[in-house]
Amino acid sequence: MTRSSWARPAVRIVGNAVGVLVGAATAAFLAQTALPGDRATAILNIRAGQAELRTPEELAPITAEFGLDRPLWQQYADYLLGLVRGDLGTSYLQFRPVGAIIGEQLGATVVLAITAIAIAWMLMVVWIVATGGRGPRLTALGSLVDVTTAALPAYWLGIILLLVFALGLGWFPVLGDGTPLSLVLPALTLAIPLAGFLAQATRTEFERALEQPFALSARMRGQSDLGVRLGHVLRHASLPAISLSGWALGATLSGAVVVESIFSRPGIGQVLVSAVSSQDLPVVVGVVVLTAAFYVAANLLVDLASALVDPRQRAA
Amino acid sequence: MTAVVSRPGGVGAASPVGRGPARRRRHRLADRPWSLWLALSYVAVLAVAALAPGFLAPSSPTAVDYAAALLPPSLEHPFGTDESGRDLYTRIVHGAADSLSIGLGAAALAIVCAIALGALAALGPRPIAALVDRVIEVLFAFPTLLLALLLIAITGPSATTQIIAVGLGSAPGYARMVRGQIRQAAGSGYVEAAVALGHGRARILRRHVLPNALRPLVAVAALAVGQSIVWASSLSFLGLGVAPPSPEWGALLDAGRPYVIQAGWLIVIPGLVIVALALAATSIGRHLQHRLESGARA
Repeated sequence: MTRSSWARPAVRIVGNAVGVLVGAATAAFLAQTALPGDRATAILNIRAGQAELRTPEELAPITAEFGLDRPLWQQYADYLLGLVRGDLGTSYLQFRPVGAIIGEQLGATVVLAITAIAIAWMLMVVWIVATGGRGPRLTALGSLVDVTTAALPAYWLGIILLLVFALGLGWFPVLGDGTPLSLVLPALTLAIPLAGFLAQATRTEFERALEQPFALSARMRGQSDLGVRLGHVLRHASLPAISLSGWALGATLSGAVVVESIFSRPGIGQVLVSAVSSQDLPVVVGVVVLTAAFYVAANLLVDLASALVDPRQRAA
Repeated sequence: MTAVVSRPGGVGAASPVGRGPARRRRHRLADRPWSLWLALSYVAVLAVAALAPGFLAPSSPTAVDYAAALLPPSLEHPFGTDESGRDLYTRIVHGAADSLSIGLGAAALAIVCAIALGALAALGPRPIAALVDRVIEVLFAFPTLLLALLLIAITGPSATTQIIAVGLGSAPGYARMVRGQIRQAAGSGYVEAAVALGHGRARILRRHVLPNALRPLVAVAALAVGQSIVWASSLSFLGLGVAPPSPEWGALLDAGRPYVIQAGWLIVIPGLVIVALALAATSIGRHLQHRLESGARA
């Protein structure tokens, strides 16, 4: 393999990702300027929790603090430069950097999201290997379960799991107390619908791969059915689900908003909900931009990995 | 007939890949007629509830009876009662109109925006198409719920905001789909044939590209209504949509949250009504999609 054969698509993929990131930051900046009416007045009223006209003396410190008297393009440039340095702006209400507010809570949410994605993959693999390509009845049951679980909203599934396993059977704590055991139900709430989506993406490909010559030749070499399914077919069929990884991470992080609220878990979801209801826009925008950045980063890794692994994509 | 060669691609999360014989042979329980009939009758019942709630639940949704507070489901109160003794069944029936209009409104907004953005990105003049293309990709990087929350943070929560937030929040995903459908139709053999026959650009667009690209959207629209109701109720559940004491289903969920331990049915039953609607929408959408695809093949 020559160097240029993979370097060119890599540059294109990274360029695309940077483009989407800059676009997301631009959207975030525009969202903050979109508050109805005069911005300094809006910020002051959000702080005071009331709507009234303000005198210029009252507005002056706000205008100075957020640099609202400068031209818009300058504010935009400062915002972008700030983002590059990791500065997400200042909260309207907490008088603290947004980065610090999010940073305190980010760990809990990331642990939840990664656990959920790992569980979703395990559930999906077991379910597909068990039911994929085993005749019309099991296939029909399998895809019915895929579609049904994928449609379950987090708030409903979470409450059912809470009522059954925490309150009814008492296997898990009701509230998030920080122990690994309290992670199980929130992670399952996110993982079950995600497993349904991944299974929908995998099932067709899995059934097709089972009939491919490579599966037949593996059988002829004397490999067991399970061995063929796990070692050859699954590897082939998991590509569509892997390419959904960026989407899955975004969906899990936004599902975490609901799940953290149900199970009273700390995390950026809780931060986001309270910031939305108090219109603390810099915090809202900070969480949203961060999630978009996670999505872009996950997609970037997936694209680069598949360009490296799959020679067909290098030509594109 | 162009329809003979046209094969509008699959819609929905699951089917970008599988076509050809393997796909035709699959039997899916979710696509069999009985599930379709079940879905259609459920939607019909909800439509009656929305248009004539008094027909299904004659008593008032706001009738308070403190002696009958937090009763579990029984013959007299099939879905139980809430903390003020209001009958949950009556409230759900009377909330159907609000919930369905939010869902329909948001889905309509999402589809209209998606068609506008998708068509511009696929067919617009070069610089505009490239720009809209990037805008769709950027907006798609924001998950639906977060984009909706961002819009609510700017405008403050209300029923109108909820429709706009859910509609705009879910538009980027559908816009990508529309863009793909149009590009696929524009690059197909029958368009090449029409170009070779010397037909004008406008005529090819009107007669061949748009009908074939937009037909699958009928199925997407069915899915979108179900999804929109789920998103909207998620916002209400978080306390950022229609507020209690409205009997809108998401607001019922929000109102039931303090009582989840002693009266779980206050959340489980409205949630079940929403989940059943989402599943019914999925079933109808998938059925439409299969009919469109087999119709195009025949």
